[in-house]
Amino acid sequence: MAKKKETVAMLLAGGQGSRLYLLTERIAKPAVNFGGKYRIIDFPLSNCVNSGIDAVGVLTQYQPLKLNEYIGNGQPWDLDRTYGGATTLPPYQAMNRSEWYKGTANAIYQNLHFIDKFDPDYVVILSGDHIYRMDYSKMVEFHKANKADCTIAVFDVPLEEASRFGIMSSDAEGRITEFAEKPKQPKSTQASMGVYVFSKDKLYSYLIEDEANPESANDFGKNIIPAMLNNGERLFAYRFEGYWKDVGTIQSLWEANMDLLGENPALSLQSAWRIYSRNNARPPQYIGAGGSVKNSVITEGCEIYGTVINSVLSPGVVVGRNAVVRDSVIFDDVTIGDGAEINYTVMDSNTNVGENAVIGKPIGESAGITLVGGWLNIPAGAVIPDDIRFGKTELDAMTEKEETV
Amino acid sequence: MSTVAILFAGLNERRVPELTEDRTMASVPFGCRYRLIDFTLSNVVNAGITKVGVLTHYNYQSLMDHLGTGKDWDLARRHGGIKILPPFITAFANRGNTLFASRLEALISARQFISECTEDEVLLCDCDVICNLDLAEMLRAHKESGAVATVAVKRSPVDDLSDVSIVNSDADGRILNVTNYNDNLPGEKDIQIHIMVINRQFLLSQLTEALAHGYTSIAKDVLTRGAATNLFRIFRYEGYCETVRNLAEYYRRNMDLLTGDVQEALFRQKNRPVLTKVQNSAPTVYAANSMVKNSLIADGCVIEGIVENSIIFRGVHVGKNTSVENCILMQDTYVGNNVYMNCVVTDKGVTIRDGRVLSGHESRPFYIEKSTEV
Repeated sequence: MAKKKETVAMLLAGGQGSRLYLLTERIAKPAVNFGGKYRIIDFPLSNCVNSGIDAVGVLTQYQPLKLNEYIGNGQPWDLDRTYGGATTLPPYQAMNRSEWYKGTANAIYQNLHFIDKFDPDYVVILSGDHIYRMDYSKMVEFHKANKADCTIAVFDVPLEEASRFGIMSSDAEGRITEFAEKPKQPKSTQASMGVYVFSKDKLYSYLIEDEANPESANDFGKNIIPAMLNNGERLFAYRFEGYWKDVGTIQSLWEANMDLLGENPALSLQSAWRIYSRNNARPPQYIGAGGSVKNSVITEGCEIYGTVINSVLSPGVVVGRNAVVRDSVIFDDVTIGDGAEINYTVMDSNTNVGENAVIGKPIGESAGITLVGGWLNIPAGAVIPDDIRFGKTELDAMTEKEETV
Repeated sequence: MSTVAILFAGLNERRVPELTEDRTMASVPFGCRYRLIDFTLSNVVNAGITKVGVLTHYNYQSLMDHLGTGKDWDLARRHGGIKILPPFITAFANRGNTLFASRLEALISARQFISECTEDEVLLCDCDVICNLDLAEMLRAHKESGAVATVAVKRSPVDDLSDVSIVNSDADGRILNVTNYNDNLPGEKDIQIHIMVINRQFLLSQLTEALAHGYTSIAKDVLTRGAATNLFRIFRYEGYCETVRNLAEYYRRNMDLLTGDVQEALFRQKNRPVLTKVQNSAPTVYAANSMVKNSLIADGCVIEGIVENSIIFRGVHVGKNTSVENCILMQDTYVGNNVYMNCVVTDKGVTIRDGRVLSGHESRPFYIEKSTEV
């Protein structure tokens, strides 16, 4: 027996996030580290629970092991519930079909029976690759007040960036008149945040219709929204004012981490709208007698014996004596040897950096971010240049070269 | 051999009245993010014990808040898990409605719980023992020796604060007697660290005896009285193990955590993490002008000034141009700008206004009580 829920959230967490390269080799994008102790998916999940939505389907597909383990029974987000809670929804075999999720709309279509259980009036569709704090319940209220069929959260972006997003044009009441996916000549600066509220019946009828069309890409932005607009359905844009960032690229992931720093940070996590995460109780962070930390975010389990400037460190990072970490984002359990120097780098978890190794270049001199993969043993004294992606292949090449010399 | 653990959450409150006015000894905040009970509870859980009774006494609200369902120690179980054993007082007059004052009396009040257990052995632990010891090894030693009870001791000199019990044993480690008598002879003694394993049926029989004869002391009435007829053994523990007997000692034990050896002994034991309640505080933010040396810092803090040789709990704010030296600042302490503090212990939620200068001494740290403003 299930209980009726007015609103159910469906969180699309199956994407690979191929533009995060090495970071998503083993894990799906929503499970990538952010802001020290978080994973990207903590943001939509915490938003749900803080908004009073306690039935959340998490659709997984790409490299789901870590993500499934991370979500578990939903307990860290208070989503281990007798009725509802968090449920991971992987693709499955059915009586007369078995297929991967073909697109965002198809992923929801394949899980309509999950939504049915709760007999909801509204379905909130979310994606697992944005950093923002938002009260979805306000958006649902807005949706109800407008008697809308679909409400799309929009965020004002600079005109020059608008062509990277789905761009909405709306009238004075906020009713959407036009929608263009990644337009070359954007007509507005209202970008879709990938957050939708649908009235359930409309969602069902459009998903079923879309599924019947073999030409369709089964995608919300490309198919469902344009079809609804063509049919004159009531679509509204809900303006969100606050911090919102797509972290789909190494550059934007680094920038979003840097937004936590500074005198008046663009994103502060120390407020009442708490973001929850699954973490084991690690010991408090220790700053040694020779340690120095400036303008940085550091979390439990870290040991700092060297210098950390303008950086964000995940749990369990050890920075050795006289080592310097500058303008970098370091994921969990990385060990940085004595005297090593790390500049303008994003480094995945469990890598050991040997003594006196030099990675990246100072931000002014660097051509771009250096990305270092996880689970690597970087030899002492190694030099890894700026603006490259350094994974196991590159490490093997480096050590081989040294052997032949 | 199956084992149930029983923890004494409140016996020694009078030692640190400052910190225990509205909490149990077990829930005294310690080491940035812990409560004293976390060490004992983690030791128990890390030894694979999944059923734990916590004997409470006075003021155990803070302890219940901390323990919750036991989830953070993996003790939210269908079978076993954590059980709070509240003080036993009946609604009827003339039934000896007095609260227990000793471990033995506490166990008598929990007789029902102990008799309903099915485990072979009972592990008895105080909650103010700061150590990370491998209890599984102690349980193994207990089983192999066939002893009725095994008592953990640490060999150390008896100092003048001798609120201690000394275990005398023969060359094989068989207990002869337990005394709190200090003969003042120089040299080290085996001092009880208040962790023991005892056969459950034997314990129940002793509780019946104690009830009949009005016995009150495990050391005197169980161990010493029974040593001739029963095999009681010691288990020597060599590692870091300390307790808190007054505020200055509380201060020192916290400061111990700043040394690499103690960090190693408590926090970096493989497969034996110290577990605590997870609160999901945001990571700590260090401002551009912060300067932090030799300090342990919890999550959820904002550090804008200087922090040296200090223990900083969750959610503490250290203002600009402020200097915090040799201090213990408990959860949600707010320190304004241009403050100087040295050897100060602030309890939870203390506010130190701009420009204050406060100093104690390590022998007598300046304690500021909960939710007050300076």
